[in-house]
Amino acid sequence: MTSPYQLTVNGAQHDVVDAWLGESLLYVLRERLGLPGSKAGCDQGECGSCSVIIDGHLECACLVLAATAVDADITTVEGLQPDRGDFNAVQEAFLAEGAVQCGFCTPGLVVALTDLLDRNPHPSDLEVREAISGNLCRCTGYGRILAAAQAAAAVDSR
Amino acid sequence: MTVVIPTSLDQALAALADPDVQVLAGGTDFMVEVNAGHRRPEKVLSLRRIPELRTWRSGQGPAGPYVRLGATVTYTELLAPELARLLPALAQAARTVGSPQIRNAGTIGGNVATASPAGDTLPVLAALDAVVELQGPAGERHLPLTEFITGPKRTARQPGELVVAIRVPVLTGHQEFRKVGVRNAMVIAVASLALIVDTATRTVRCALGSVGPGPIRATEAESWLASSLDWSHSGTATDVATFGRLVGQAARPIDDHRGTAAYRRHAVTILAQRTAAQAVASLARPESAA
Repeated sequence: MTSPYQLTVNGAQHDVVDAWLGESLLYVLRERLGLPGSKAGCDQGECGSCSVIIDGHLECACLVLAATAVDADITTVEGLQPDRGDFNAVQEAFLAEGAVQCGFCTPGLVVALTDLLDRNPHPSDLEVREAISGNLCRCTGYGRILAAAQAAAAVDSR
Repeated sequence: MTVVIPTSLDQALAALADPDVQVLAGGTDFMVEVNAGHRRPEKVLSLRRIPELRTWRSGQGPAGPYVRLGATVTYTELLAPELARLLPALAQAARTVGSPQIRNAGTIGGNVATASPAGDTLPVLAALDAVVELQGPAGERHLPLTEFITGPKRTARQPGELVVAIRVPVLTGHQEFRKVGVRNAMVIAVASLALIVDTATRTVRCALGSVGPGPIRATEAESWLASSLDWSHSGTATDVATFGRLVGQAARPIDDHRGTAAYRRHAVTILAQRTAAQAVASLARPESAA
């Protein structure tokens, strides 16, 4: 049908075969590579639930044409913890602070906040708010998410 | 469907000789249309891997210093300190675009070539008399932004041509971009305004966004403010309300789902007053005396 291509996701090479080349990275991750951690919310970059890190930059996977990411180093929420159950500081803080309700926005927020703390280990509250301004939560409420961000920063600085 | 990912500008221009090829930069508009099924591209040319387009440099031209921004410089790069010092209003506009995710992907060339009436960088570029550099089968040509944009999502780009860079003058004086929307992030402008003071030539430039088919220069308001500003610090007051009224008169807004024409005209009037007050205050500070 169309030419196969390869993506590097969480350090592993994946073949994408028999796929329409117009597919977004989000669709390919979820439906072809068995990585459903990135959530499909809006498909237009509004909700941030598909946030991934591409060559060191936080991006919405839904706005990336997968076939153009062939030379890129892609990290999804699944790549933040090498072993199942082995959570990073942001994930631990989300659990401890009760920053999860339905959980749909959680992977995107975890990726966005991990990206923030990698660049800025001691963010102010305003910096946290700006960093997650592209991630919508419609049920937990942002108070606990902001608390989790500060708790994760405190853990990281220990 | 085919996807071409050239690694040089020459390869990209060669690929663009095919009239069916669609150019993909940051994807923040393009992929929304693909995901919704509104765009079914047969041939895509990705600008993701072209080093010439991803860099910027400053230079000195006959008209003074300028910055040449490669077409795929992102909003995140525009708001980083080094560029923000040279082009402060452009950095302010870049920071209001979408979210960190969108700013990491979206590009200045994409904003210009898409030519949405709500494009956030467009009023700033119009006010600064920025020039769009195009390359194509007939060679290179340069167009002022206000000539490049011919209408809503319409440009003077010819088949086979690519926006390769935006050339932006570096000026001394107060620069400000303001935008009205329902929140600070993830907002498509209901109305926006860029005010640029050039202390070297004692001129003022003001351009409006989201209140017309493309960015609008409020030329009458510009000359009025330039003649009213207290350039020599003699203590003369500036009537910012008159400036606001003249800016409001320059707007050509429409009613749509984001706001009414009347609200938009009112909004740019207020933005004009507030930015003019800041410009007045900045001229009154001794360090900005020129």
